[in-house]
Amino acid sequence: MTATSGKLIKGATGDWEVVIGMEIHAQVTSKSKLFSGASTAFGGDPNTHVSLVDAAMPGMLPVINEECVRQAVRTGLGLNAKINLRSVFDRKNYFYPDLPQGYQISQYKSPVVGEGEVTVELEGGRTATIGIERLHLEQDAGKLLHDQSPSMSFVDLNRSGVALMEIVSKPDIRDAEQAKAYVTKLRSILRYLGTCDGDMEKGSLRADVNVSVRKPGGPLGTRCEIKNMNSINFIGQAIEHEARRQIEIIEDGGVIEQETRLFDPNKGETRSMRSKEEAHDYRYFPDPDLLPLEFSQSFVDELKAHLPELPDQKRARFIADFGLSAYDASVLVAERESAAFYETVLSELADRARDGKLAANWVINELFGRLNKEGRDIASSPVSAGQLADIIALIGEGTISGKIAKDLFEIVWTEGGDPRALVEQRGMKQVTDLGAIEKVVDEIIAANPDKVAQAQAKPQLVGWFVGQVMKSSGGKANPQAVNDLLKSKLGI
Amino acid sequence: MTDLTSQTLAEARKGLAAKTFTSLELTDAHLKAMEDARVLNAFVLETPDAARAMAQEADAKIAKGEGGPLAGIPLGIKDLFATNGVRTTACSKILGNFVPTYESTITSQLWRDGAVMLGKLNNDEFAMGSSNETSCFGPVGNPWRREGSNTTLVPGGSSGGSASAVAALLCMGATATDTGGSIRQPAAFTATVGIKPTYGRCSRWGIVAFASSLDQAGPIARSTRDAAILLRSMAGHDPKDTTSVDREVPDYEAAIGRSVKGMKIGIPKEYRLDGMPAEIEKLWEAGAAWLKAAGAELVEVSLPHTKYALPAYYIVAPAEASSNLARYDGVRYGLRVPGRSIGELYENTRAEGFGAEVRRRVMIGTYVLSAGYYDAYYLRAQKVRTLIKKDFEDCFAKGIHAILTPATPSAAFGIGEKGGADPIEMYLNDIFTVTVNMAGLPGIAVPAGKDSQGLPLGLQLIGRPFDEETLFSLGEVIEQAAGRFTPVRWW
Repeated sequence: MTATSGKLIKGATGDWEVVIGMEIHAQVTSKSKLFSGASTAFGGDPNTHVSLVDAAMPGMLPVINEECVRQAVRTGLGLNAKINLRSVFDRKNYFYPDLPQGYQISQYKSPVVGEGEVTVELEGGRTATIGIERLHLEQDAGKLLHDQSPSMSFVDLNRSGVALMEIVSKPDIRDAEQAKAYVTKLRSILRYLGTCDGDMEKGSLRADVNVSVRKPGGPLGTRCEIKNMNSINFIGQAIEHEARRQIEIIEDGGVIEQETRLFDPNKGETRSMRSKEEAHDYRYFPDPDLLPLEFSQSFVDELKAHLPELPDQKRARFIADFGLSAYDASVLVAERESAAFYETVLSELADRARDGKLAANWVINELFGRLNKEGRDIASSPVSAGQLADIIALIGEGTISGKIAKDLFEIVWTEGGDPRALVEQRGMKQVTDLGAIEKVVDEIIAANPDKVAQAQAKPQLVGWFVGQVMKSSGGKANPQAVNDLLKSKLGI
Repeated sequence: MTDLTSQTLAEARKGLAAKTFTSLELTDAHLKAMEDARVLNAFVLETPDAARAMAQEADAKIAKGEGGPLAGIPLGIKDLFATNGVRTTACSKILGNFVPTYESTITSQLWRDGAVMLGKLNNDEFAMGSSNETSCFGPVGNPWRREGSNTTLVPGGSSGGSASAVAALLCMGATATDTGGSIRQPAAFTATVGIKPTYGRCSRWGIVAFASSLDQAGPIARSTRDAAILLRSMAGHDPKDTTSVDREVPDYEAAIGRSVKGMKIGIPKEYRLDGMPAEIEKLWEAGAAWLKAAGAELVEVSLPHTKYALPAYYIVAPAEASSNLARYDGVRYGLRVPGRSIGELYENTRAEGFGAEVRRRVMIGTYVLSAGYYDAYYLRAQKVRTLIKKDFEDCFAKGIHAILTPATPSAAFGIGEKGGADPIEMYLNDIFTVTVNMAGLPGIAVPAGKDSQGLPLGLQLIGRPFDEETLFSLGEVIEQAAGRFTPVRWW
C-alpha cells in the first residue's frame, strides 16, 4: 500500500513532505474496568470508582474483563484488521503516582489486533487509505490533582485501570488534512461500533502524533512525538507548526532530535517535553499474573455477524439507494446519529428513492445548518425526524412550496406542533386552484400592459409576473401553475 | 495441657469431634505455648482474642454437628497472607502497620472450614530468603539444636515462622508459600511436612506477591496426613486468580495409606552433587529403600538441565519481584519517607522500607529486564525454564510416577552463619527445590532422618502436575518408615 500524497510544504530549499503516524488512545465503552469490577463512570467524586486491584493493594490480581476484549475485537473488525486469536499482556514498568501498580498492563509484542486499514475522505472527493499497524488493550492511569493543597499533590484513581485501546497507524499520513480526516474517520467508526464514545473533551479519545519531514521520495527524517492531543483542530495546527519547525531547523543546518513534545493551543506551537535520553526504559515483560489472551475463531465470527453497518457501507448504500451525492452521503454518515435521523425521516416518506435527495437537502442544509448555528447536537433537535418528514412530504405532495416549507420549519423549530395541522391552521396551503390563480394573473396582466409588451418581446421577463403573482398570493400559489398560466395568457 | 498441643491435627480433630476437649481448650493450650516460646520469634503478631472468639464459634458449631473439616483447629498464618482487619506486613518495614480490608482466598477457605487463627507468622521479607533472617521482625529460632550445642539455628525460609511454630507445637498447622523452596526447605530443617502444590492448585489472591509465576501456597504440618487435610481446604479454583486452575479438589487424605506398589520412582542422577555430604547421600538411599520395600520400582532418570535451574531462577524470580514490589512506593499505604520531590519520596521510602536482600533482588530484577539485557537474561532464563519443564515431562512420559531427591543439601545452620559475604551461599539452599517451581510441579518435603549432630533432614518427592495424591501416598510411606521427629524443648 502506498500513501496518498499530501500537501507539500515550501521551504527555502524546495518542497518538503510531511510523514505522520498516529497512536490513538480510545477509551473502551464498558461498564467496568479492564481488570477490575470498578465502575468506569465519568465524573464521580475522586476515588469513588476504585477497587482493591485499581489501588494496587498487596496481593491483588487482575482479571480480564471479557466485554473489553469483545470491544477490542469489534473495533479490529471495523478496521478491517487481522484479529489475533492469541495475544499477551505485558507489564510496562515505570514509577508515577498516578500508576498505583508501578506498571501499566499493556500489550507489547503480541497485540490482540494486527494490521488493518481505514479509508478517509478528503476535500474534492479524494480519498486516502491509512494503514493500521496494530490495536492493543491497556490500562489507563489515574489523575493527579495539583490544585487541592499548597504543598501536596493528590491523586484520583477513578480512571486507574479503565480500558484503553491504543490504535497505532502506519506512517501513511502525509499532511494535516489527512491526519484530521483520519482521526475523524476513526472516531466515526468507533462510535458506530459503540466501542468508544469518542468524546475528545472528556479525554475518551486522545492522539499522540509522530511527525517527521523529508524531501519528497527521500529517506525518512527523525520524528518527534506530540503527546496527548485531544482536539482534531489542534492536531491539524500542531502538525503544521511542527513540520515547519523541523523544516526550519534542517534548512538552517541543524538536526532534529528525537523527542516528545507538547502542543500549546494558546500559542499554537509545540514545545519540548523530554528528549530521547530522558525516555524511560519500561522493562516490558509478560505479566505473570495473566494467562495469554486466547479465544476461538467462532468467538470472532459471532462478533462479526453482529457488527452494525459501518460508515463506508452506509455511505455506499445512501449513494446507491437514494441517489445522494458522495459529499451529501459523507456528511450524513459521519455521525451515526445523523445517519439514523436521516433514515428515520426517510422511513416516514412514501417514496424514499424519489425523496431521498430532497430529504438529504433538508437534513443537511436546514436542520444541520440550524443546529450548528445554535450549537446543538442532533439529539437535542427541536424538530423531530417525524416532523421533518411531514414537512418534506408536504412539499412532495405539492401542498406547500419550498419557500413556505422553510417558514413552516421555522414555526416547528420555535413553537413545535404537527406540520400538517399547522399548514391548515395558518392557511399556508399552496393554492393550486387554477380559477383562483387565474383571477390574480388576469388582474396583474390587466394592470401592467407595458410589462406585457416587454415580456412578449423578451420571454424571460415572465419572471417578473411570476413574482407579482406569488407576492399577491402570499407565496401560496403553486409556482408551476402560475408559470404555465402566465405563459399561455401572454402567448409566449 | 501440653498434651493437647502435642497431638497431630488429625488426632485433635478426633478429640474435638468426640468432645474430649473443646476448641477453646485446644486454642488456649496453643496460645499458652506461643507465649512460652516467644524467644523463637515465630509469631510476629498474636491474635489471642480473635482466636478464642473463633474457637468458641467452632465449639458452638461442633456442638450442633455443623463443624467443618477444620472445625476448631488452631492454625498459624504466614504474614504474607492478607487477613482482614489484622496487620499484614510480609515482614517488611515498607508495609509498616498495613491492615488489609480483605481476606486472602486461602485463609478465607480455612475459616470457612472452621479453623481458628492464632496469629501471623514470621517469614523472610517478602518471602525472599532461605533462613528467615531477612525479616524486619528479626530471625526465627529453630526449635531444633545440634546435640550438645546452645547455638540457635535458623528454621530455613522463607516460611521459617510457619515451620518453627509447627515443629515447636505452637500451632497445629500453618499456611506457607513457596517460590523456590520456601515451604520444603524449612519443613526439612524442622522435621515437619511441607507441600508445595502444583502451580495453579491454590489461589494466590490476597497473598503478597514475590514472583507471580513461581509463587504457590501450601501447608506446613506435623504429619503427611495433616498436610493432606490442610491442603484440601486451601486448594481450589478462584475466579479472582486467573492462574488458578478449575479442577476438582480431591480428598487428599484418602491418599494416605494408599498402596504405592508398582509405582515407578525416578532417582535423578543430576541431583548427586559433587561434595554432597555423605549423610544426605545415605538419607536418599534410605528413602529409596523404604519406597522399594513398599513395592515401588526405582528407576534412574535424567533431568539434564538441572544445573541451569538455580541461575535461571535467580533471573526470573527477581525480574518478577522488581515489578511486583513497585507498588510499595509510599504513595497510598505503608511506610512513607517524605522527600522534596516525588522522586525523592520514592527513593527515601524504598531505601528505608526495603531490607538489603529485597533491595538486591529488586536491583537484579531491574537489571535483567532492562533494554539491551532482556534477551540475554530474562528471555534466556525463560527458555531454560521451558527446557527444565520438558526434562520433567519426558521423565513422566516414560511412566515415572514421582521423583525422589534430597530436600536440602544440608541440615539447618546457625543464625548469621551463611550468606554474610556471598549471597550465593544462601541461594544454594534451594538447589533441589527451585526446579520444581520452575516447572510448576508439586513437591513435598517429608522428614526422613537426622544428621550426625541430631538435626533433622528431609526428602523431597516431586510429582506429576496435579498429582499431589501420589505425593501424599509416598510421603506417608517414608513417614511410617522413618518415624516422626520432635525437638527437645529448650525454650
